[in-house]
Amino acid sequence: MSGHVHKDYTGAKFGMWLFLFTELILFGGLFILYAVYLARYPQEFVSAGTELDVRFGAGNTLVLLTSSLFVAMSITALRRGAKGLTQCLLAGTIVSAAIFMINKYFEWSAKINHGIYPGSEHLKELAPGEMVFFNIYYVTTGLHGLHVVIGALLILWTMLMIARGKVTGEDWVLLENAGLYWHLVDLIWIFIFPLYYLILH
Amino acid sequence: MSETTPTAVDRGFFGEANYPGILGWIFSTDHKRIGLLYFWCIVVFFSVGVLLGLLIRLELFAPGETIMTAQTYNAAFTLHGVIMIFLFIIPGIPAAFGNLIMPIQLGARDVAFPKLNLMSWWLYVIGAALALTSLFTGGGPPDTGWTFYVPFSAQTSTNVSLAAVAVFILGFSSILTGLNFVTTIHRLRAEGMTWMRIPLFTWSLYATAWIQILATPVIGITVALLFVERIVGTGLFDPTQGGDPIMFQHLFWIYSHPAVYIMILPGMGVVSDIIPVFARKPAFGYKAIVVSSLAIAFAGSLVWAHHMYTSGMSDMAVLVFSFLTFIVAIPSAIKVFNWLATLYQGSILLDPPLLYALSFILLFTIGGLTGLVLGAAATDVHVHDTYFVVGHFHFVMFGGTGMAFFAAMHYWLPKIYGRMYDKVVATVAWGVILIGFCVLYISMKVVGMQGMPRRYYDYIPEFTGINQLATVGSWILAFGLLLMFVNLFRGIFKGEPFGSNPWGGATLEWQVPSPPPTENFDDDPVVTHGPYDYKKAGIL
Repeated sequence: MSGHVHKDYTGAKFGMWLFLFTELILFGGLFILYAVYLARYPQEFVSAGTELDVRFGAGNTLVLLTSSLFVAMSITALRRGAKGLTQCLLAGTIVSAAIFMINKYFEWSAKINHGIYPGSEHLKELAPGEMVFFNIYYVTTGLHGLHVVIGALLILWTMLMIARGKVTGEDWVLLENAGLYWHLVDLIWIFIFPLYYLILH
Repeated sequence: MSETTPTAVDRGFFGEANYPGILGWIFSTDHKRIGLLYFWCIVVFFSVGVLLGLLIRLELFAPGETIMTAQTYNAAFTLHGVIMIFLFIIPGIPAAFGNLIMPIQLGARDVAFPKLNLMSWWLYVIGAALALTSLFTGGGPPDTGWTFYVPFSAQTSTNVSLAAVAVFILGFSSILTGLNFVTTIHRLRAEGMTWMRIPLFTWSLYATAWIQILATPVIGITVALLFVERIVGTGLFDPTQGGDPIMFQHLFWIYSHPAVYIMILPGMGVVSDIIPVFARKPAFGYKAIVVSSLAIAFAGSLVWAHHMYTSGMSDMAVLVFSFLTFIVAIPSAIKVFNWLATLYQGSILLDPPLLYALSFILLFTIGGLTGLVLGAAATDVHVHDTYFVVGHFHFVMFGGTGMAFFAAMHYWLPKIYGRMYDKVVATVAWGVILIGFCVLYISMKVVGMQGMPRRYYDYIPEFTGINQLATVGSWILAFGLLLMFVNLFRGIFKGEPFGSNPWGGATLEWQVPSPPPTENFDDDPVVTHGPYDYKKAGIL
């Protein structure tokens, strides 16, 4: 208030880690539901799970992992003073996020065209466990997609701060925190991918 | 104490703002201003909640329709519950007094993330505004009770979707406050403020903040799922789509049971801070109280399903959760015995803050013991969903957290405003509140034992007498509350100035002027003794 500048990087990162815990627990609720319903309807989960296209999931996994690499590299680049390279790498992350979402759009569209979406007539003809599977699939990947968008916006804002000189090679905790958030988005996908696309095949 | 009693009050942080007028408050990042914003919002919501409670009691004065229709009655008790839980009890002590006092107790100039702190308050206000909007728009006020149980909540045409969004936003506010407080306590302690010198109030906030961080996201995902179920029809809790309504109850209580410790732990912290001051003795068993706070936070996270004994769980699950529930009683009892041992052979000053703290111990103990009746599966089956439950949780929530909130008001508000209320009136108000409280809620427990179900609009004629007694109790209670608030607010605005340390506390907030200056301390403080070491603090 009276010009008392206090910057505590450890504290800022500590706070971010706490926030990431809350995100994990938010998704944890969905993973619990997945576990309970998988235990209750193992056969139907397998028959519904094979309808998911592993190519979409694998492609998006590659895209997200690459984007995380870009973020990690951008932090090192900024600390070495390469501002232009940092911005390029972060732009790469945002492009990756866009590719991820476009990919997701086609994946969902294909499903919806087959009449598989929450509340659809076709879905109501399926077995109960299959309905649960597709519903939780839409909720989980939807919530994750929302996080991809939020993460991309956060990185966009960080790029703006870098352009304005508010985030620099000496003062880069915002970039690191944005990066941590992006890694979280990546990490959650690393669990979604096998649970929905691999183990049921 | 060498200082003389001042005749005028220095304006402290009230005199310094970044923006003029109200903007200097609603855009301030000063923890004291944010604390007061919370405090006044909470007082307003509490008053609305009390008013609704009075209306509910008035409706139950006689069987059949008395003053409102059944649908209005359902909306009234839902709103009473939602307001009291989400807008008063949960943020009450941590957001208001935690913000006001905790950074000063640590010797810090503010919380770790002041802007985030302001954002938490804004989210709180937005969430509260949405909750109130849900009453007057859409299909009418939610009629599900504050628990939002499916399948009813997924099907009712009332405005549950908006209320769910409101709960989500309020939860987000609570999470951000929690992570702000944990980071502050880890990072911003003054020199010499070791972990074992942190005042017990701040310790209780630390334990609370961890629950806020770890449990609140679960209610977030639960109401989010309810929301998409209503909007898109995802049906994860809908049996016709293979879902299981019991899973909603599990997820709901995984948050909402730990949430009762979000409600009670800060209250326990207030009592732990007040008792040593007015007994003029160091807190007995300081470490035991600290450990019991953390133990409650931990064990309290493992007992959620004791709300679901009659929901159709396996007998094994009922046994396990019943056993775990009894374990929580142990750290709670440790606190009570330590408070009593602190009072034992103390030089007790019966000032208003101590009186409210003592009524906390009495009422919380009664509430806790009746909780064991509900925690034991065999007895719970008989009184589940009766007025006995309503009586029980009003004893622990209102008799516990509510009384602690009043104790905190009488203990710390004079510090913040620099002026003192009339102690005689405060004592009389305390007596009236206690009498009204007992008449109202003991009646509820009795009528619950006799078999009257909770949430019912109507009742059989045999219950008329005791229901009327309860309603009369609600009038006495409301009168006491009015007397207390009027006296307190008159005091802090118009009362006598008193200097910095009216009660003789040894924690850091009593070592700065009243009201505290904007940055709390002129020089960074160095802590050389424990929070209740009155000899070293020069008070004894």
